[in-house]
Amino acid sequence: MVERCKACGFCVEFCPTKVLALSSAFNSRGYHPPHVVHPEKCSGCDLCGMYCPDFAIYGSKAAAGGEQ
Amino acid sequence: MSDASVLNPVEPFLRTERIPHIWCPGCGIGTTVNCFARALIESKVDLQSLALVSGIGCTGRVAGYVKLDSFHTTHGRAIPFATGLKLANPKLNVMVYSGDGDLSAIGGNHLIHAARRNIDLKVICVNNLIYAMTGGQTAPTTPGHAITSTNPYGVFEPAFNLPHLVEAAGAVYVARWTTFHVRQLARSMQEAFQKKGFSFIEVISPCPTLYQRRNKMGDGLDTMKYYKEKSKVRHGAPTSELDLSMNGEIIVGKFVDRDRPDYQSMMRTQFVESLGERFVEQAEMVCS
Amino acid sequence: MKADPRGVLTGTHFIDGDHACCEGALAAGARFAAGYPITPSTEVVERFASRVPTVGGTFIQMEDELAASITLQGAVWGGAKAFTVTSGPGFSLMMEHIGYAAMTETPCVFVDVQRGGPSTGLPTLPAQADMMQARWGSHGDYEIIALCPNSPQECFDLTIKAFNLAEEFRVPVMFMMDEVVGHMTEKVVIPAADEIEVVPRRHTHKNAEEYLPYGTNGDMVPEIAHAGEGYKFHVTGLTHDERGYPNMTPATQDQLVRRLQNKIRAAADRIAMFEEENLEDADVVVVSYGITSRVAQRAIEMARDKGWRVGKLRLITAWPFPDKKIRELAGKVKAFVVPELNLGQMVREVERAAAGQAKTIAVAHAGGGVHKPEEILRTIVEASQ
Repeated sequence: MVERCKACGFCVEFCPTKVLALSSAFNSRGYHPPHVVHPEKCSGCDLCGMYCPDFAIYGSKAAAGGEQ
Repeated sequence: MSDASVLNPVEPFLRTERIPHIWCPGCGIGTTVNCFARALIESKVDLQSLALVSGIGCTGRVAGYVKLDSFHTTHGRAIPFATGLKLANPKLNVMVYSGDGDLSAIGGNHLIHAARRNIDLKVICVNNLIYAMTGGQTAPTTPGHAITSTNPYGVFEPAFNLPHLVEAAGAVYVARWTTFHVRQLARSMQEAFQKKGFSFIEVISPCPTLYQRRNKMGDGLDTMKYYKEKSKVRHGAPTSELDLSMNGEIIVGKFVDRDRPDYQSMMRTQFVESLGERFVEQAEMVCS
Repeated sequence: MKADPRGVLTGTHFIDGDHACCEGALAAGARFAAGYPITPSTEVVERFASRVPTVGGTFIQMEDELAASITLQGAVWGGAKAFTVTSGPGFSLMMEHIGYAAMTETPCVFVDVQRGGPSTGLPTLPAQADMMQARWGSHGDYEIIALCPNSPQECFDLTIKAFNLAEEFRVPVMFMMDEVVGHMTEKVVIPAADEIEVVPRRHTHKNAEEYLPYGTNGDMVPEIAHAGEGYKFHVTGLTHDERGYPNMTPATQDQLVRRLQNKIRAAADRIAMFEEENLEDADVVVVSYGITSRVAQRAIEMARDKGWRVGKLRLITAWPFPDKKIRELAGKVKAFVVPELNLGQMVREVERAAAGQAKTIAVAHAGGGVHKPEEILRTIVEASQ
């Protein structure tokens, strides 16, 4: 849910396998949402989902690994 | 993208038509709601029997974002409102979700009495060490020397140690985590939901816009890193040792997990003893 | 619907107003009270505490009136009919929550057994000085209903009426007793349960998808649901829309607050209750309520014995104020005489409604006792000349 993201950086920082990074793209509110940089490293632990204060991200070991 | 929203365990608990919420970037309240959702699922609490009561403040807005029977009440009075709900319908699982100012300042009296009585309530106190919603005034939990809008030259009052307070008042479950400790927090919430009696979970959370900014402590992420670095898990530590300071250690963990009969059991026991057959069990209140 | 016999103490009793009020609450179906001790109201909840475990309900003495006044509302949303009881200083503390009940449309009853004020005042002596506060005590625009019993029998009967009005209009109802009515002991007849009409909660019959917590079908009073029934509704004291969600705009504010007011005002004629006597040919009408009406009765009789044409208008509902009745009478009478145990509260309403068409004369009393009939008579005679 890219539009919910406020670019706080929690998911990027606390992903144990450093799957994510803040992108240079903007969402409609002017924030840089994170994007999946290393999908193969996603273990589906869903810490990103638990940390996200804006309910904008959820991690699962589905298709490409991390989902936003 | 819509796949993700269906999979995210927090999603069914949100009033999605009201998201995005009003909380600032880097605020930890939303994080606690994720833990709350997971704890609800894991504890297998009957969702229909859930009622959530909050007070006024940033954390108080949780009631408006969760898709449960939820009550946004008056400042400091979530606990007595919750008490009324629970007593009228003992089958309800009543949660109180409110902030440090709401629960320990204006609501302080109700906090201690509900703990004393061991009313069967689960209280989640998000402690951002400040009155955030109104612009960053000193709270009873604001650590000494912090700059706030009502202590522009630095707080000089001692701060409350909330776990110590509620333990002394009689709470049966007392834990403290930070918004960094998401898994432990979810687990504590789950334990509290499954326990009868007055449970209190304090969650230390950033307020990047006011507390952290005025004290030049960085943003939400910096604060989370500080929590990670300076927290120490000490289960069972004496609550008297849990004082917080501006930059010091944050002791987290589960401190109290004891058994005491809850208010309604004690009430019933007393009536049965005194009245014998004359005692009439409270019927289902639902009047229609 | 008929009263639940479990709460009805059918029979002839010799009890005081406080005790009768408690019995009225039980007869009305109240099964929850939260209270805090304050003279001269405490006996109401003391009796409730003793009765309710044998009827099936809960009483809790809270740590203060702030708690009591919101705990009862939690109980309402949990499914109960609930009330609290207090006097002046406690009534002041409860004001925020009276506003909350009005804003969230929580049906409940607040009993104020008035005593001398302001502040600690005269804890054991009567006054009627909270009448304006009952109407305007909380902040913001809202309407309430207020009833004034003048005997222990009325403390029983009108408490039932108070609960019924609360349920019908989803509004907090103020039950304005005073220390004398509360502590006077008289015969109180409690009928059989099937002779007592009780208004049930306006519970919705819609399912969760269709239900709008603050949606109305044109009659201005929404249907309610209770916690735990699967509706997943939200209640807030913030200005809210039909979904109950905060919607803090002038447009929503206008719509909401006007509806809260109009749901009572539009029904004012229906709600108004008064007792009238000899109004047809009256030169002077004595307007009174509560214990003062008992003294006024005597004064009116004394005046009529002397040949003065005096009528009686006893207010049973003080709020909404019966504007229409006063306006009608104002065109026909010389004067209204308004004795009250205060320095002039309801008299202002009489004067306002009379709109200069008749004189309005207060018979003030600072409280602590009741008027002597002669004091009221004197003013009646002056007004008649």
